[in-house]
Amino acid sequence: MANRLIADTSEWSFPLLERFDTEIARIARGVYGLDTYANQIEVISSEQMIDAYSSVGLPISYHHWSFGKQFVATEQTYRRGQMGLAYEIVINSDPCIAYLMEENSLPMQALVIAHACYGHNSFFKGNYLFRTWTSADAIIDYLVFARKYIAACEERYGEEAVELLLDSCHALMNHGVDRYKRPAPLTMAEEQRRQEEREAYLQSQVNDLWRTLPAGAGNRDPNGDDRWPEEPQENLLYFIEKNAPLLEPWQREVVRIVRKVGQYFYPQRQTQVMNEGWATFWHYTLLNHLYDEGLVSDGFMIEFLQSHTNVIMQPSFDVPYYQGINPYALGFAMMRDIRRICEEPTDEDRYWFPDIAGGNWLQVLDFAMHNFKDESFIAQYLSPRLMRELHLFAVRDDDREETLEITAIHEEGGYRTLRQALADQYNLGNREPNIQVINVDRRGDRSLTLRHFRHNRRPLGESTEEMLKHVRRLWGFTTRLESLDEQGRAQLVAEC
Amino acid sequence: MSHFIDRRLNGRKKSTVNRSRFIRRYKAQLKRSVADAVDRRSIADMDSGEKVGIPSKDISEPVFHQGSGGTREMVHPGNKDFLTGDRIQRPEGGSGGSGQGSASNSGQGEDDFVFELSREEFMDLLFDDLELPNLVRNQLIGTTEFKPVRAGFATDGAPGNIDVVRSLKGAIARRAALGGPHRARIRELEEEIDILLTAGADPEDARILEMREEIDRLETRLAALPFIDTFDLRFHAFAKQPEPASKAVMLCIMDVSGSMDQMRKNLAKRFFILLYLFLQRSYEKIDLVFIRHHTIAQEVDEQEFFYSRETGGTVVSSALDLAYDLLRERYDSSAWNIYCAQASDGDNWESDSAICRQILSEKLLPLMRYYAYVEITPRQHQSLWLAYKEVEALHPHFAMQQIDEARDIYPVFRELFKRQEAGS
Repeated sequence: MANRLIADTSEWSFPLLERFDTEIARIARGVYGLDTYANQIEVISSEQMIDAYSSVGLPISYHHWSFGKQFVATEQTYRRGQMGLAYEIVINSDPCIAYLMEENSLPMQALVIAHACYGHNSFFKGNYLFRTWTSADAIIDYLVFARKYIAACEERYGEEAVELLLDSCHALMNHGVDRYKRPAPLTMAEEQRRQEEREAYLQSQVNDLWRTLPAGAGNRDPNGDDRWPEEPQENLLYFIEKNAPLLEPWQREVVRIVRKVGQYFYPQRQTQVMNEGWATFWHYTLLNHLYDEGLVSDGFMIEFLQSHTNVIMQPSFDVPYYQGINPYALGFAMMRDIRRICEEPTDEDRYWFPDIAGGNWLQVLDFAMHNFKDESFIAQYLSPRLMRELHLFAVRDDDREETLEITAIHEEGGYRTLRQALADQYNLGNREPNIQVINVDRRGDRSLTLRHFRHNRRPLGESTEEMLKHVRRLWGFTTRLESLDEQGRAQLVAEC
Repeated sequence: MSHFIDRRLNGRKKSTVNRSRFIRRYKAQLKRSVADAVDRRSIADMDSGEKVGIPSKDISEPVFHQGSGGTREMVHPGNKDFLTGDRIQRPEGGSGGSGQGSASNSGQGEDDFVFELSREEFMDLLFDDLELPNLVRNQLIGTTEFKPVRAGFATDGAPGNIDVVRSLKGAIARRAALGGPHRARIRELEEEIDILLTAGADPEDARILEMREEIDRLETRLAALPFIDTFDLRFHAFAKQPEPASKAVMLCIMDVSGSMDQMRKNLAKRFFILLYLFLQRSYEKIDLVFIRHHTIAQEVDEQEFFYSRETGGTVVSSALDLAYDLLRERYDSSAWNIYCAQASDGDNWESDSAICRQILSEKLLPLMRYYAYVEITPRQHQSLWLAYKEVEALHPHFAMQQIDEARDIYPVFRELFKRQEAGS
């Protein structure tokens, strides 16, 4: 057989990277039918990688001290050798931007191209959460707009004023998503035009809202229909942006920018296992395909497999460096397991997954990738066999009891409980406290009341006081936080 | 389909702005670290970065998160011998549900966030409360100065450095040199044609046509000579010349009688540091001499100078005498630039002040480039101050100041820096 190897060196060069990219693209699209955005692959140095880290992976961002802190921390741990840098960063944009580090060897670069440029990329393009919440073609433009806008604000209103505002907005970043509405994608020009429009209109709107002067002391509605907003609002940043009485138009725009950036990250927080699992599954499959075609050598595969094995390592709960479930490991195992269920189903699989057992694995995986997030993906596809392989078990920690209880293990009676427990663990609604705007005293002191809906009696953490100060800074008037316990009684937790 | 870009040559310092904002925000905490570092380090060692720490909780960015308590169920891998319904003890330390973010976050919360300040950042914080004018600050922080001086012309360089006149002269010469033979030949041919025509030849004569054709060809070649070629370009060349270097000696004189407590000594240390850093900008080699005194003076090393405790009365002239002897012995004023910084709390033995004035005026100041004196006291001035005031009136290179806090130090050196600014 003729020597078809792409390269027998471990040093990368641009022509070699292009060869690899061409071959991987051929297999990814032709053989496995992955649908991706175009790729823009950028080779960067480790220093630039640290830069990219510190702006949470965004290629461009406004200035803020917290990014500086992140930068300093990353640089420090990297220099001390406590942490290796990620091999790649990939950005959900169209074209999809992926960073390769120049220090990587050729097999590593090939792994990263397969992982990021075809794995993550196709996930970004296909998954319903990303399709709903992010606009890949507009994000870079929007970030450019945000950076310019915030720089202009700093010039006009002073760096400190902008910084304090951003601090408060960042604190509420996770509460800036409207989970049930889909925002329309915008282009940069459109965004700019709208922004100017908004600035003019918004202020008049807000003034209008607050014009409702008390019509006399005795005129309060005794039935309590006075409550406003009528429905509780979970999108705190949006509520503040639209309704905070004292914010200047530029401040509203800054709140909006942080809200938009938070929204951009919202799908990523919910698809860690799936996204990484999907990308890992595909780099594994694609590079093995290269090997089967004789395009890469044994040495290449050994080096690749070593990195791959490190990535998907899952330590047991009782080793000192255990840090919870590794999303790469779980995701990869589940993707592989789905393929197995399709290709070599057992009786157990046929009983648990009658609809996919023996099916076309490509179609099944494609469907799963498109239509699920971590929580539902686990609830749907975690198989008994995988639970046994991973030796999963569930522990309940109830602070009213002396000891912890093992509620389920990998055995016949425990599969469903275990699967539900693991799925719940990835439910953002359970992981993050549910806090909503419940009332604004429009006719009185304009105070804002937030309500925390407790989940499993779990209280808020110690940062609550600090957080209320941030909310108050944005709202401008007294802010209260009450907590609703299991019996439906509201208790005042803090006031600021 | 895929597009490769080599970004390695792009800017690396993308995070510089964010980093400096971070440092500005935590200036107060960092200044404390820098102050500690100043106490720990020696004067000559001030010129480098420093590792500093900030308590992590001061720089955390809060979010709403769930605290401990309530019920939570966690799934873990690697079960060995648990069965459903087993009850186990809570592991120590964690709240049971280890693994998810919150537990490990609070574990790290106690540590300091430690990182390294660059030399520039360190100096910036160090000078922050000295209220140095910006120009001076830049002067001190700046790295070794090289002065670019013209060094003729070079054949390559940055476009901004092109010498237009010289380049065009070169182009003219080149065009003349390359075009010369062609032009000579053209002239020759034209003369021949003239001769033939005057001799009555037909303008359509084959020889004339042939010659005209050659002239055309030659003119095309002449026109093809580039007006200016990269070969012609000449650039201004610059060589980096280090600023003239020479040597200096800095005398540090400090009163270590009982009334000088550690706080005052630390203030004095800043004062000495400032002079040292100033000298470092101007001189390549600096000798430091530490003289401490109470009733008698002694030459000591830096550690002892700042951190040993002495008690007793004060006779300032003893130190001045010793300084004079040392200078005569070791530092010839024709070879050394001599600077002196003196710090004291102003106490002196009553009748000694006049002697001090005399030694200064007659012996020391003629040798000195600059003499700076600070009195670290909130109290009424005493005889020493008054005696020194007389000296100040007579000698422009003698400066004195009463200081209460760090920001008062700089004015003592104002003259010194002013001269440097004017001179540079």
